[in-house]
Amino acid sequence: MPIPAQALRHKYLRHNKKFPHVWCPGCGNGIVMGALLRAIYRLDIDQDDIVLASGIGCSGRMPTYLDFNTLHTTHGRALTFATGVKLARPELNVVAIMGDGDATAIGGNHFIHAARRNLNLTAIIINNSIYGMTGGQYSPTTPFGSKSTTSVYGHIEHAFSIAELAVTAGASFVARATVYHADLVDRLIEQAIKKRGFAVVEVISNCHVQYGRRNKLGGAVDMLKSFKEQAVTVSRAEKMKPEELEGKTTIGVLADRDLPISTEEYKKVRSQARATKERV
Amino acid sequence: MAEKTTTKKKTRAPATRKTSVKKKEKKKFDVSFYHAWCKACGICMAFCPQKIIKADKNGKPEILGMDKCVGCRFCEIHCPDFAITVSDRKPKRRQNDV
Repeated sequence: MPIPAQALRHKYLRHNKKFPHVWCPGCGNGIVMGALLRAIYRLDIDQDDIVLASGIGCSGRMPTYLDFNTLHTTHGRALTFATGVKLARPELNVVAIMGDGDATAIGGNHFIHAARRNLNLTAIIINNSIYGMTGGQYSPTTPFGSKSTTSVYGHIEHAFSIAELAVTAGASFVARATVYHADLVDRLIEQAIKKRGFAVVEVISNCHVQYGRRNKLGGAVDMLKSFKEQAVTVSRAEKMKPEELEGKTTIGVLADRDLPISTEEYKKVRSQARATKERV
Repeated sequence: MAEKTTTKKKTRAPATRKTSVKKKEKKKFDVSFYHAWCKACGICMAFCPQKIIKADKNGKPEILGMDKCVGCRFCEIHCPDFAITVSDRKPKRRQNDV
């Protein structure tokens, strides 16, 4: 049963905000926003039980348009604020929306430690390989050799793989998709919100204005087409050789495991401590 | 009063019959664009499997041959600006319905 788009708009978008949104024509952020709304609609969670936290950047504009409990925080600190909300009100579904620079550069330390701590949070990371809003500087996910305003002769550093970093750091659920596979994105976000533990969904997005234009990758349509060609599902990638996988992105669920959750462990510690105090 | 209603029914009956026959052949859809929110990025035009979404003089999408739509909803879920609605086609209730 397809989700009625009209219902999504009327229910979840803030009516006092000016639409169309600020993002460039064809920006992947809008597609991810739609996917997030469809996931929440399918899960049928009350709007008051969802908290969206975001940092700075193009992706940081997302919660301002959505009618949930929202936080627009400082650069890189979306997960920090989300952790605070989760510790104070563990019954809420907390979703942190970050960009690639937000999650891995400015908030890099917060990101790996949130994954290690394994709080019951969801992190959606929109990876467009560049700092789009500030004028196209290279970010930790800019591929080797590609051009940006701060790497005019080609980037000399190697890129982070956010999803693999999250797997190594110890997140419970890690998945990756591209904005071309919007249907997959909303199913993955749905799974991630349902998952108990730290869940990361990396969405490869297009920044054709800052990244695509400088690297001659074309407009929004051409970049979406290239995502379609580059994407390989996890099950297919397992059968392929490492040489074949070069330049490809694996999409799907990369890790799904049950690990002890920080909030629940904390509850146990509290009850233990109270018991010992009473004895004394 | 009773006479009036019967005459109305008689005039309506053939029209509804025609649409019901058409519906059996193939399910049809309606795609509507909200041009006030559209930024003319061209994603819907490029990826439409039936290639029925074309640009008008402003670069914004319009449909040529609505009956060809297969209802895949690719345009709806990939529109970054929430400007496309795909819905199942309902039978026309009045003659001047759009």
